[in-house]
Amino acid sequence: MKLTEEQVRHVARLARLALSPDELTRYGSQLSAILDAVDSLSQLDTSGVPPTSVIGAATPHLREDVVAGELGAKVALANAPQVEGSSFAIPKVIE
Amino acid sequence: MKTIVEIGAGLAEKKTSAVEVATAALASAKEDTFSAFLAIDEAGAMAAAKASDERRARGAALGPLDGVPVALKDNILTEGVVTTAGSKMLADFTPPYDATVTARLKAAGAVIIGKTNLDEFGMGSSTVNSAFKPTKNPFDPSRTPGGSSGGSAAAVAAGIVGGALGTDTGGSIRQPASFTGLVGLKPTYGRVSRAGVIAYASSLDQVGPMAHTVEDAALLLEAIEGFDANDSTSSDAKKTVWRDALRSGVKGLRIGLPREYFVDGMDAEVDSSVRAAAKRLEALGASVVDISLPHTKYALATYYVIAPCEASSNLGRYDGVRYGHRAADAKALKELYEKSRSEGFGPEVKRRIMLGTFALSSGYYDAYYRKAQQVRTLITRDFEQAFQSVDIVLSATSPVLPWRLDEKLDDPLAMYLMDVLTLPCSLAGLPGLSMPSGVSASGLPIGVQLLGRRFDEATLLRTAFALEKH
Repeated sequence: MKLTEEQVRHVARLARLALSPDELTRYGSQLSAILDAVDSLSQLDTSGVPPTSVIGAATPHLREDVVAGELGAKVALANAPQVEGSSFAIPKVIE
Repeated sequence: MKTIVEIGAGLAEKKTSAVEVATAALASAKEDTFSAFLAIDEAGAMAAAKASDERRARGAALGPLDGVPVALKDNILTEGVVTTAGSKMLADFTPPYDATVTARLKAAGAVIIGKTNLDEFGMGSSTVNSAFKPTKNPFDPSRTPGGSSGGSAAAVAAGIVGGALGTDTGGSIRQPASFTGLVGLKPTYGRVSRAGVIAYASSLDQVGPMAHTVEDAALLLEAIEGFDANDSTSSDAKKTVWRDALRSGVKGLRIGLPREYFVDGMDAEVDSSVRAAAKRLEALGASVVDISLPHTKYALATYYVIAPCEASSNLGRYDGVRYGHRAADAKALKELYEKSRSEGFGPEVKRRIMLGTFALSSGYYDAYYRKAQQVRTLITRDFEQAFQSVDIVLSATSPVLPWRLDEKLDDPLAMYLMDVLTLPCSLAGLPGLSMPSGVSASGLPIGVQLLGRRFDEATLLRTAFALEKH
């Protein structure tokens, strides 16, 4: 499947990636080639075959909903690029 | 170059101390001839080694890993030690807690020397996709050690540490083990906790051991496996003393050689090494039969839909807000996300994020993601069928020998094809082991892959053990 430049731009936008015009062209042709290879799946008749999302127990092991292993604000914020008080800081979103 | 068992014996017989062993390991890790390490934890390692010696002095040694130097792939969290996943995105990330496997190794007394290089977020088969440096193969420094756990492979193969942990999503433990003459085990999906392991594709990721011998790999597996409440997919399958299972031989076992795994373009020496391994197992009393896994040719396409889809979702968390790289000059939130991600991720990661984003996008989900999930079911059924008539599936691990680091691999698809023999096992959630089966005329290691039934690492390990001894 050949992706148009507009499709590549759309996908990059969805993925929150800013691409240069060069990257748009390069990824466009690489992704198209990969999708061509992947299109071999369409040869297979999979009607009635259930999808597998994860291999293992039919139901996941859920732990009790109790608070445990709290880091505390100081530790939780230690890797943040920008902090204000006990919060993560971001650029203003509302004027 | 010493095995875990040999190091353990030296410590038990008081021929050496954990501090002495750690000092030597740290010195060669710092020298790092093959660029295996991204971080070295000298203070942590020396403290752990001292504590180990003190335990032993009062007769309270913990077990076979107590005082043994190990290394961890750098996508496994280590409290207080920078963990990058091989990405600029996490270049300064210091985890506030240990992964479950890290905590379990520490509890077993292992001495963690440092963190090893990998393809960014585990995406690659060469370590060339690391944002920091490529790792070299100790057998030939002009060649790749494989990937993505190439740093762990080189650290063990070079004899810097006794063993290491890698992670395997589509072959990232088995292929580098094959390229560096090691034993590498990807456990059954669910046997080892993924809590605190930086996620790539969550339905496929699994942590496992890389070591010189089958017995060493079994010892590491024993230390890290078992149920963990912090991973909802971790299994409560009974913990096993794997070492006890090793020595029962292969008499009566049925070994299957899947004809689809002898692929076009396979290296002739690799091909004959697999057949020779089958002959050796036959001589030891196993029977060898040809089998068919008919959907094998669809595994590559299936994997390269499912893994990127999961990656695109998992890597959505890197937004430049809570941790990780933040672009310097973004004025609005959306710009902050886009710039931080574009600066922080390398090309292969961006490629897989976009591939996954596309395959999950409105209008394409059924044709790609759902379709791949259905084919995954067919691939899993192939194995279920095969394991009704055989106990082990035997093949090559990689169709080719380690390639040169300067070989131009600009075509991502050509690179993906290198994973063709390791992907089906991952998709089916089976345990898979790679072990040395010989050396090429050019002096490069060749590996064979053994696959077993789900949670039947016992048969896998005893077959590998028998093959290793003969």
